[in-house]
Amino acid sequence: MDAIFLQILNGLDKGGAYALIALGLTLVFGTLGVVNFAHGALFMLGAFCAITLEKILTISMKVKDESITFFDAYKEQPYLEIWFGDFGTTIIDWSVPISILLAIPVMLLIGLVMERGLIKHFYKRPHAEQILVTFGLAIVLQEIVKSFFGANPIPSPAPEIFSGSAPIGVLLGLGESVVYPWWRLIYLLFSGIIIFAVFAFLQFTTFGMVVRAGMHDRETVGLLGINVEHRFTIVFGIAAVVAGLAGVMYAPILPPDYHMGMDFLVLSFVVVVVGGMGSLGGAVAAGFLLGILQSFASMNEVKAIIPGIDQIIIYLVAVVIILVRPRGLMGRKGVMED
Amino acid sequence: MNMPLLKNDWVIMAIFTVAVLTAPLWLTPVGAGYPDLMQKFAIFGIFAIGFNLLFGLTGYLSFGHAVFLGVGSYTAVWSFKLLTMNVLPAVIFSILLAGVFAVVIGYLSLRRSGIYFSILTLAFAQMSYNLAYSVLTPLTNGETGLQLTMDDPRVLDGPVGQGLPSTQLFGIEMSGYNGFYFCAVMLILGFFISLRIFRSPFGLKLLAIKSNQTRMKYTGFNTRPYLLTAFVISGMYAGLAGSLMAVTDPLAGAERMQWTASGEVVLMTILGGAGTLFGPLFGAGIIKYFENIFSAMNDGRLHEIFAFLPDWLENIVVAITGEFVGEGWHLTLGLLFMIVVIFLPGGVVEGIRRASAYVKGIFQSSGDKDVALSAEKE
Repeated sequence: MDAIFLQILNGLDKGGAYALIALGLTLVFGTLGVVNFAHGALFMLGAFCAITLEKILTISMKVKDESITFFDAYKEQPYLEIWFGDFGTTIIDWSVPISILLAIPVMLLIGLVMERGLIKHFYKRPHAEQILVTFGLAIVLQEIVKSFFGANPIPSPAPEIFSGSAPIGVLLGLGESVVYPWWRLIYLLFSGIIIFAVFAFLQFTTFGMVVRAGMHDRETVGLLGINVEHRFTIVFGIAAVVAGLAGVMYAPILPPDYHMGMDFLVLSFVVVVVGGMGSLGGAVAAGFLLGILQSFASMNEVKAIIPGIDQIIIYLVAVVIILVRPRGLMGRKGVMED
Repeated sequence: MNMPLLKNDWVIMAIFTVAVLTAPLWLTPVGAGYPDLMQKFAIFGIFAIGFNLLFGLTGYLSFGHAVFLGVGSYTAVWSFKLLTMNVLPAVIFSILLAGVFAVVIGYLSLRRSGIYFSILTLAFAQMSYNLAYSVLTPLTNGETGLQLTMDDPRVLDGPVGQGLPSTQLFGIEMSGYNGFYFCAVMLILGFFISLRIFRSPFGLKLLAIKSNQTRMKYTGFNTRPYLLTAFVISGMYAGLAGSLMAVTDPLAGAERMQWTASGEVVLMTILGGAGTLFGPLFGAGIIKYFENIFSAMNDGRLHEIFAFLPDWLENIVVAITGEFVGEGWHLTLGLLFMIVVIFLPGGVVEGIRRASAYVKGIFQSSGDKDVALSAEKE
């Protein structure tokens, strides 16, 4: 029982990341009809927003190390610590959460520029060409990041107070062995909040209503005198922000490197397909579902029965879904059911 | 195109054969005349030609073709390990096994079209890649890659003397120029088959599927067997390319199956021109050539090239171009690829066609003027 509960928890945080990326992907597909292979790169850029801010905050100068008295020793001390003392140290410690503030405008800008500069010209082109050009863009983005930050993963720790594990088992009365890293719990909460916010935005605002109507029947909405294109551009920006935020908060869990976007992209495409192309609820449900499924498949007991299942389970599910029920778990009938 | 001679397939084949076999002569002036690179040209040329038979003719974009490349390599190395160092059985087994894989993957994937097909092939490729790295380690030797060892059985060759044996074709060692000529012959054969397919009723049916599959179905064609045949042939080409990689360098690693490797062949085909006879070859050649030149460059070499500029300008230019060469070669590739997809979806071949039409247009209009002038004089 404990073990099963633990596996579900383990799957949830990864599932949260899948869900967030897939949400943006399917949002873009549902509104703009564009298959965006560069979406994983946006996730990666978000993670590197966190790295960049940390680098900026820890710009240091050489100061004399007072603790060593035998000889003149120097150490690097960040300006923030010199100027603000303990408060500066705290800011540096909290750099990952703070970089959310940086990531929102930056990712929004990147998203808007991408849509206006490139994606806009590909609405009328076949899916294959959309895939190809965004694939090219993904390569370019990750190579730019590589040339700035190098090829190695860069660890970026979460704030000190979140470093341990949460005694979830004790809280829920399940047993001592059920523990769960605080930061993953935070990530789970965070992804829940973002998903909720996106849905609320689409459900309860006029803007969201127009977007939903546009997803359903773009032409009619256009005929009503509403500038759909304009709204959809903003939707692309929002999708970029969602992917970016998923990346920022994921940085402490997985040290970001330049090709993490590609790794997640393939998986999130699978998630989108399993959930149903263009279905937002499906993307979220499938994200968490596949996350949990993967974590169950990597249990030793399961691996003993079917060796290698943990490596292929997600793809296997995707293959079965596409072959048996191509519109996915929650896809609308008739959408991409070819 | 008023040259009926160039329309004759046998003339095309003859010119192509001569061009490939004399490649060491005409590639040397541009610095690509050494066997290692020419082998790569030929191997990736075969890979791209095969991919083009699927994508160019039917429009089905497979993102998992690297699986067959990997299968081909592994099979060839196993053939070297178990049977003999002769390359012929290795090549034949590789093609056959890649074909078997292609039948299975193609049968399932071709039940869907468009982006679903792409994702299905991608999913199969990722599965194979992940399995090759983990559970199938006894077969693939995991991260280390499959290599020849001293105590391989090699039942047909008998015991070896000193050192690892090298691949051979009835005694001729497959290294250097011999290796290249073996690949070149395979390339010529592959190109010939592809030419015949392009010209055959079968090829026309594939093209018809690309332009309007629904109509094909309504006219009473069951399109799936045709698609599956194209997929399998294309997979066999990839298997051949994979086995040739093992022939020229007898080891095989799982990274050959990664989806970025599938992406590379897509790049080559698009860059050269999908659906054209020569396009994929151009694409493979261009990418491998510039990869070779660009990734070997460094700042020192750049300083030499831009030495004619004033010093301050030289430093700036070198700093900027330095991002695009050496390690940054993939950046150049990505940019190049985007530019081609955006402005020239037909690839290099399309570019040549447009350029020649433009040149012709200039001559024609000036010719018209001459006629008009002479008419005025009269």
